[in-house]
Amino acid sequence: MNRRPGFLVYGLLTAFVLGSCAPLYWSFLVGSHSRDVLTKRVPPLLPGGHFWDNAQRAFDAVPFWKALGNSLIVSGTVATSVVFFSTLAGFAFAKLAFRGRTPLLVFLVATLAVPTQLGVIPLFIVMAKLGWVGSLWALIVPGMVTAFGVFFMRQYLVDAIPDELIDAARVDGCNLFRTFWNVAVPAARPAAGILWLFTFMATWTDFFWPLIVLPASNPTVQIALQQLQSGYYVDYSLVLAGATVATVPLLVLFVLTGRQLVAGIMQGAVKG
Amino acid sequence: MSTKTEQPVGDASVTVASPTGGRPGGGRAPWRQRLALLDVKVTPYVFVSPFFLLFLLVGMFPLAYTAWVSVHDWGLLSGQGDFSGLENYRRVLEDRYFWNALRNTFSIFVLSSVPQVLIALVLAGLLDTQLRGRTLWRMSILIPFVVAPAAVALIFGNVFGDRYGLVNEALQGIGLDPIRWHVDALASHVAIASMVNWRWTGYNALIFLAAMQAVPRDLYESAALDGAGRVRQFLSITIPTIRPTLIFVVITSTIGGLQIFAEPRLFDTQGLGGSDRQYQTLTMYLWELGWRVRDLGMASAVAWLLFLIIVLFAGFNLWVSRRTGALRGGAR
Repeated sequence: MNRRPGFLVYGLLTAFVLGSCAPLYWSFLVGSHSRDVLTKRVPPLLPGGHFWDNAQRAFDAVPFWKALGNSLIVSGTVATSVVFFSTLAGFAFAKLAFRGRTPLLVFLVATLAVPTQLGVIPLFIVMAKLGWVGSLWALIVPGMVTAFGVFFMRQYLVDAIPDELIDAARVDGCNLFRTFWNVAVPAARPAAGILWLFTFMATWTDFFWPLIVLPASNPTVQIALQQLQSGYYVDYSLVLAGATVATVPLLVLFVLTGRQLVAGIMQGAVKG
Repeated sequence: MSTKTEQPVGDASVTVASPTGGRPGGGRAPWRQRLALLDVKVTPYVFVSPFFLLFLLVGMFPLAYTAWVSVHDWGLLSGQGDFSGLENYRRVLEDRYFWNALRNTFSIFVLSSVPQVLIALVLAGLLDTQLRGRTLWRMSILIPFVVAPAAVALIFGNVFGDRYGLVNEALQGIGLDPIRWHVDALASHVAIASMVNWRWTGYNALIFLAAMQAVPRDLYESAALDGAGRVRQFLSITIPTIRPTLIFVVITSTIGGLQIFAEPRLFDTQGLGGSDRQYQTLTMYLWELGWRVRDLGMASAVAWLLFLIIVLFAGFNLWVSRRTGALRGGAR
C-alpha cells in the first residue's frame, strides 16, 4: 500500500522487532549473571559481569572449541560444494540442450518435496557400512549437492545469461567446461553468494542428523549445546552463555550479509 | 555456421551436428568436429550427474531402502534379520505412543503454523508501506532466523521454566497462577510452538512482502476511489492477489512443521518429550525407536508412515487452498 505509514505502523513494527531481539538479549542477560539470578523475582535489565566466567565453564564442560571448528568445516565445505555442483547442473538445465532435459528437471522439482530426513535410517546403515559414523564425512558427503540448490541456480541462470553469449563462446572455440567457467560462473555470482549463505546457515543449524551420527566427543555446535543441557540439574547461566556464544558466528555473518539474506528470501519468493 | 546466432541455444547441438550428423557417413568429419560433437552431446550429462548420483545415494535409495528395512526385523547393532511382512507396521499402529506422538505433532503444528502465517501477513502489510529505513526494518525482523533451533529451545526452555521461568514470574507478578509449561500437554505445545513462531514469522513475512510488492498499485488506487479503507483493501485485494505465495508458504511450513524435532527434543533435559511423552513428536518417536530401543525395522515403519502423512497433508492443504481460492476467485 503506497502511503506514508503513520505512528501506528512504526509502533507495531518496533514492538515486533523488540520481540524478535528479546529472547537473544535474555540469553545474554542470564549468561552474564551468576546462577542465582533466576531465583530473583524481578530479573535485572542490564547484563552482569560473569559472561566470560560462564562461557569458560561451558567451554570446559563440553568440547566447544572442537564443536565450533567442526561446524565451520562442515558448513563451509557443504556450502561451497553445493554452490559448485548446483551451478554446474543449474547451468546445464538452464542453457544446454540434451536429451531428457525436461523430464529430468521435472524429476528434480518433484524431489524438492521429498523430506530427506525420512531417509535417515538407511543413510545411517550406509554410513555405518562405510565406517563414517562418528566422523565429519557423514555430515559432509550427503549434503554435497541439493535439489533446491540446482533448481535455484537454474532459475537464476535462465535469465542471467543471454543465449548469444554461449553461442559466441562456442564460435570462439570454447568447449562446454570453458564456457561454464568463463560465462556461467561470473554470471552466477550474485545467486551463488545467496545460495552459499543459506546452505551454510542450514548446515550450521542442523540438529537431527548430527545427533544421530556424531559421538559426544566429536560434536558440532548444536550437539555441544545439547550436551550442555543434559543431566538432572541445569545451570542456566552456563547453558545460556553457551547458547549465546553458539549464536555469535551466525550473528556476525548476519551483520555482514543481512542485505543479501533479505534479498535472497524475497527473490526466492517471487521465483519459487 | 553463420546462422548460429539466430538459433535458440536448445538447438546448438543440431547446428554443430548438421555438417556431418545429418546424413549417414558422418564419420568422415575431422576429429576436431567429432570432439566438439561429443562435447555438446555428453558434457551436459557430466554437469548434471553429480546431483543425480548423490540424490540416488542419499535421497532415492534411502527412501526405497526404508521400505525394505521396515518389513524386516532389523536391530541397530544386529543388523538385518528375518523378513517380517507388515509386522513392524502393526506394532507401530498398536503402540499408544505412536498415536500420542501423532496427536502432539498435529497440535504443535497447528499452534505454530496458524498464528505464524497470520502474523506474518500483517507484518508484511506493515512493511509494504513507504517506510523510512526499510532495509533496516527488513533485516531486523530476520534476526531470529539466525538463531539455531537448538539454541532457541534452550532459551525458551528457560523462559518457560516451571519454577523460575520469566513467563511464570510475569504471570505471578500480575496475580495469575503459574502454568506448568513442562507438565501440561497443551501448555508445553504452546511453548514449543512459540519457538517455531518466533524463529520463522519474520522469514515468512519477507516472502509475503515480496509477493505484495508485485501487486499492481493502481488496484489500490481504484479501490480507494471506491471508498475502501486500508483494512478492506488488504483483505479484498492484497490477500487474494498473493494467494499462490500463501499456498507455497503453507505447504512448506507443513512439510517442515510435521518433522519438528530439535525444539521439543531440547525443551527438557531428558529429550524424550516429557515425563509422560506429552510433547513427544513423530520424529522424536522415530529417533527413540531407532536409537534408544534400537529397532530400525520399527523406526523405518514410522518413517514411511510419517512420509505418507506429510504427503497427505500437503495434498490436503493444496486442495483446500485451491477450493477456497476458486470460490473467492469467482466472486472477484
